[in-house]
Amino acid sequence: MDPEEAVDRNSPPETAPGQTTPEQTAEAVRPSIPAQPDRFTEVQTGAEFAQLRRAHRSFAFPVTAAFIAWYLLYVLLSNYAGGFMSTELVGNINVALVLGLAQFLTTFLIAWWYARHAATQIDPRAEAIRARMEAGE
Amino acid sequence: MNLAASGGAGEHRTLIITLFSVFVAITLGITVWAGRQTKDATDFYAGGRSFSGFQNGLAISGDYMSAASFLGIAGAIALYGYDGFLYSIGFLVAWLVALLLVAEPLRNSGRFTMADVLAHRLRQRPVRTAAGVSTIVVSIFYLLAQMVGAGALVALLLGASGEGARRWIIVLVGLVMVLYVTIGGMKGTTWVQIVKAVLLIAGTLLITVLVLNKFDWNLSTLLGHAADKSGKGKAFLQPGLQYGKNGTSKLNFVSLGLALVLGTAGLPHVLIRFYTVPTAKAARTSVNWAIGIIGAFYLMTIALGFGAAALVGSKAITASNESGNTAAPLLAEAVGGGAGSTGGAILLAVISAVAFATILAVVAGLTLASSASFAHDLWANVLRKGRTGEKEEILTAKIAAIAIGGISIALGIFAHKLNAAALVALAFAVAASANLPTLLYSLFWKRFTTRGALWSIYGGLVSSVALVIFSPVVSGDPKALFPGMKFDFFPLGNPGLVSIPLGFLLGWLGSLADRAAVEPGKYAELEVRSLTGYGAH
Repeated sequence: MDPEEAVDRNSPPETAPGQTTPEQTAEAVRPSIPAQPDRFTEVQTGAEFAQLRRAHRSFAFPVTAAFIAWYLLYVLLSNYAGGFMSTELVGNINVALVLGLAQFLTTFLIAWWYARHAATQIDPRAEAIRARMEAGE
Repeated sequence: MNLAASGGAGEHRTLIITLFSVFVAITLGITVWAGRQTKDATDFYAGGRSFSGFQNGLAISGDYMSAASFLGIAGAIALYGYDGFLYSIGFLVAWLVALLLVAEPLRNSGRFTMADVLAHRLRQRPVRTAAGVSTIVVSIFYLLAQMVGAGALVALLLGASGEGARRWIIVLVGLVMVLYVTIGGMKGTTWVQIVKAVLLIAGTLLITVLVLNKFDWNLSTLLGHAADKSGKGKAFLQPGLQYGKNGTSKLNFVSLGLALVLGTAGLPHVLIRFYTVPTAKAARTSVNWAIGIIGAFYLMTIALGFGAAALVGSKAITASNESGNTAAPLLAEAVGGGAGSTGGAILLAVISAVAFATILAVVAGLTLASSASFAHDLWANVLRKGRTGEKEEILTAKIAAIAIGGISIALGIFAHKLNAAALVALAFAVAASANLPTLLYSLFWKRFTTRGALWSIYGGLVSSVALVIFSPVVSGDPKALFPGMKFDFFPLGNPGLVSIPLGFLLGWLGSLADRAAVEPGKYAELEVRSLTGYGAH
């Protein structure tokens, strides 16, 4: 661990002297602007990164909205639909308890589903971009 | 019912002290061993990033299943039936926010604290100051809940005469937690949490099996007995017993629900756990393990809570602790054969020792999170402007841990009437209002600015804490911190319904109002790092 790194998180990392790419030589003319952020912008605006971003956001955002809505629906039903929630289904087991247990079930399922989605859709794309960036250093 | 006065008091006390001492001795041994391997800042703050996904999943569970979960939820269900169950559900569903939006990007782009992520793209000194302050406030709320749990346990075991003993135990808990953190750092703390998670799951499973066995493994029969014994009849199994009285209490229920589901992903001691694994993938695996373990535990709180209602009865529970914090150990005594029996004494001792272990592991995690933020954010990067060496930073963290230990000991001695789960829900509300909006905006919103972050963190922090101060939790209620005074202008016990949307709104408004140009290059860097793991430490 390089103690200097703890000093400033914003300093460009991994710029060992002697390692120069064409971009970095160009940057050296304007020393006030660090070279790394430009490389990040280049990657960030690329098509491959757009795919990676979409693979994450198109899953994470709607699913988050859905499970929070489903959870809030459950909270609101408990609050304002007492009659419905108190309907007994089997013995003393009522709708409220079954919906509560359903929250557990959906949580487990979403966790499993995300792990599968990430392994096939997110990880390979992230690894490809990272490998190329590391090779380009 | 005063257990200390009953016949078996002496033996169960000796047994508890023995079991608890064994736990403390073993964990301190682990801590010393871990301390020998702790050399640099990465070891001290992040356990050398050497834990596997499964190990970290266990440690997260150990960090998260606190006295609030074990003692507080069991008590809330035992006294209020179905309404107490909301805690279990909210505490679990909340992990999906951490899994889908926070764990992996945080691991990829930060090193030791939440503020590391923000400092990538925002002006680091003001942002680190704000994040450091909110981290310490959230952790102290959470610590208070654990100390209340510890106090309730001691009162149960030693009786009303044990006021002096209660103080000594709280001092002891504070002392041991400071030792864990200062000697063992994150490595020691993690192992303490792993050991505790295994003990807690085993203890809960044992009680669950014994309870279900008494009711022929029929959930409906258990619920029926709980309803009969509660004196509330069927209403005990239906929503509304605690929160259904009027419009205000119903709003409080929504407020609590919101705080629970959005709080977890902003809790500092949860966030720093993601730094203890080598990669973002391992962070994901650890959250998935945690969801499985924590979910199983919360399912068992049904048996604990309704079991305590059916077998101990709400009268005996409130006589022992008015907020129900001792329902779980009382249930252990009941399923072991009842007060005075050897089986009862043994189970009471085992479960009480597990509860103490739970409290110790959680307070260690909280102390580490807040002292790390103090040393890494406030001291090293703000006050000393990055001119410190690692040795000085770690020493600062250790001194901060001692100070935080002192604060929580003092708080624990004064507060003991509140329900531990309700108190922890306040910590969740503060975390969801002050930390979560800034974290999400930083990771996902291009136009977010330093001013947005400061408005959001300070606005969320001040509004949630102020609303708590003016709520029935602090004054105007017989169970309040200051029951004699009356300045409860805000009717809801939990501030989340107001302060969480406010935190998000202020982050957005502050960014719009910030005339400083957004630097797209800095966001590009954070986004690329957080999604790909490039350059991750």
